[in-house]
Amino acid sequence: MPISSLILRVGCAAGFSGDRTDAAPPVVDALVAAGGPAVLIFETLAERTLALAHLAKRHDPSTGYEPLLEPMLAPVLAKCLRHGVRIVSNFGAANPRGAALRIRALALAQGLAPPRIAVIAGDDVSGPAHRAALHERLGAALDARPIVSANAYLGAEPIAQALKAGAQIVVGGRIADPSLTVGPALAHFGWAADAWDRIGRATMAGHLLECGTQVSGGYYADPGLKDVPGMAHLGYPIAEIDEQGDCTITKPAGSGGRVDEHTVKEQLLYEVHDPAAYLTPDVVADIGAAQVEPVGDDRVRLTGVRGHPRTGTLKVNVCFESGWLAEGEISYAGARAEARARLAADVLRERLRGVGALRADLIGVASVFGDDAGHWLAGVPAGDARDVRLRVALRHAERAAAEQLAREVTALYCCGPAGGGGVRTALRPTLGTLSCLLPREQVPTHVEMFD
Amino acid sequence: MAAPDSALTVPLWRAAHGRTGDKGNRSNISVIAWHPALYPLIVEQIDEAAIARRFAHRRPSAVVRHLLPNLHAMNVVLDDVLDGGVNDALNLDSHGKALSFLLLELPLRVPLSLAPLLRGPESIL
Repeated sequence: MPISSLILRVGCAAGFSGDRTDAAPPVVDALVAAGGPAVLIFETLAERTLALAHLAKRHDPSTGYEPLLEPMLAPVLAKCLRHGVRIVSNFGAANPRGAALRIRALALAQGLAPPRIAVIAGDDVSGPAHRAALHERLGAALDARPIVSANAYLGAEPIAQALKAGAQIVVGGRIADPSLTVGPALAHFGWAADAWDRIGRATMAGHLLECGTQVSGGYYADPGLKDVPGMAHLGYPIAEIDEQGDCTITKPAGSGGRVDEHTVKEQLLYEVHDPAAYLTPDVVADIGAAQVEPVGDDRVRLTGVRGHPRTGTLKVNVCFESGWLAEGEISYAGARAEARARLAADVLRERLRGVGALRADLIGVASVFGDDAGHWLAGVPAGDARDVRLRVALRHAERAAAEQLAREVTALYCCGPAGGGGVRTALRPTLGTLSCLLPREQVPTHVEMFD
Repeated sequence: MAAPDSALTVPLWRAAHGRTGDKGNRSNISVIAWHPALYPLIVEQIDEAAIARRFAHRRPSAVVRHLLPNLHAMNVVLDDVLDGGVNDALNLDSHGKALSFLLLELPLRVPLSLAPLLRGPESIL
């Protein structure tokens, strides 16, 4: 066996829906140049993204997958198929079958043979078959609300199954982020289902990849303290995974960004709670004894991760319509700007009393660290800031009530303090989320092949 | 404990860096020492009580530190500090993405002998 096949390379070209769409070509070039087995993943789902995809599908049943699917994939599809770089993603969102059809059409439009595409189904538990089980766990909280979506987080097994069956592209919906990496590792190395340490290690490799550049210099820079070169052209990450599941994180040569022990540690702990128990559908990963060590320029090795048996349940997120969010802003500048902005906030509080709890922020003075109840702002002594934007927000179940905020902010043009300008208002429907656990056996998955 | 004249007080960001993550109404903030020799100071001084005081206005229902000595890091988990989280908060930053910068302003007492290990623009409290 050639040395190169002892390493599986997984490159990540998207860390969320809305990521840079020119991410993939340098990653694919690096994977092809390295030779050996390689996979390209796109992670594009968050709780809200998936619910929005379900809403889009309601309006047009042919949509509901990642809106940027084509710009993300088109530049690299031919090269991946030609060089055997397999593509694995959850960009199917609410409509993996729709995404598969779109990819097939894209391939044909590019003059390529139709690729073998696998679609993973089973994550959608919004139908009648699961209603009783969800009701049992969420009870009355579920009844009162218009449900938009209910999806279980699926794991790596169906991905591995699809790859072993020869899929060139695997499209899923709500697949857990790290499982996009674990699936290819399971298929490539043929690990036993209870190889918990190896699965735990591959899970943390996937965790490092799943937010794209957040491990390679994105979301890290702080000038003078944490400098990152070439941020306009950050390199997206590649994990070199070995047979034990340990990995080295790197990025394409010549790309911007940096991979060092500090960028890797920040991402390793990102959205982790108990480091000894990072729960995924595949394993309980344990980074309590993990080691992060630089092994070359823009190369960092992760070792010491352990794994414990997976739990018997899968997490389910139920999204529902929860009402309306109203926001409004107005700016004050020059002498006594802060005092005028504070007065405008007082006026709005009085005008909107009884509609709902109003949050007021003084952008340029205090607007982010504070709490919705205003404890923080109340503790900020009045100052003399000369460029302040007042921002107010409230929620209401009824649209008509929420609309009052926009009218009152707009009325500040004539009725408010002197010199207020630049009013902007927004009204948006909001989504809420409830979570519960379902026994695995109640969430059967299956893999459908499109040839 | 070092005598007062042999130590200086700096913002935590000169000794450590970090990133915030969110899930639901729970925030986690990593605190990663810039150098292994700074880690024991952080463990000793940036305790749960100091963190809870820093976030008092957000009314945390629990503050837990998880220590990761191999990584010279700790993971701080703050429960119920996001006004309901990304779906429910009125904050512009409903994820609480900026909160690492609030934590990293906590004061840290550093012996002068370790001062050369501090990073970033000189800043003392």
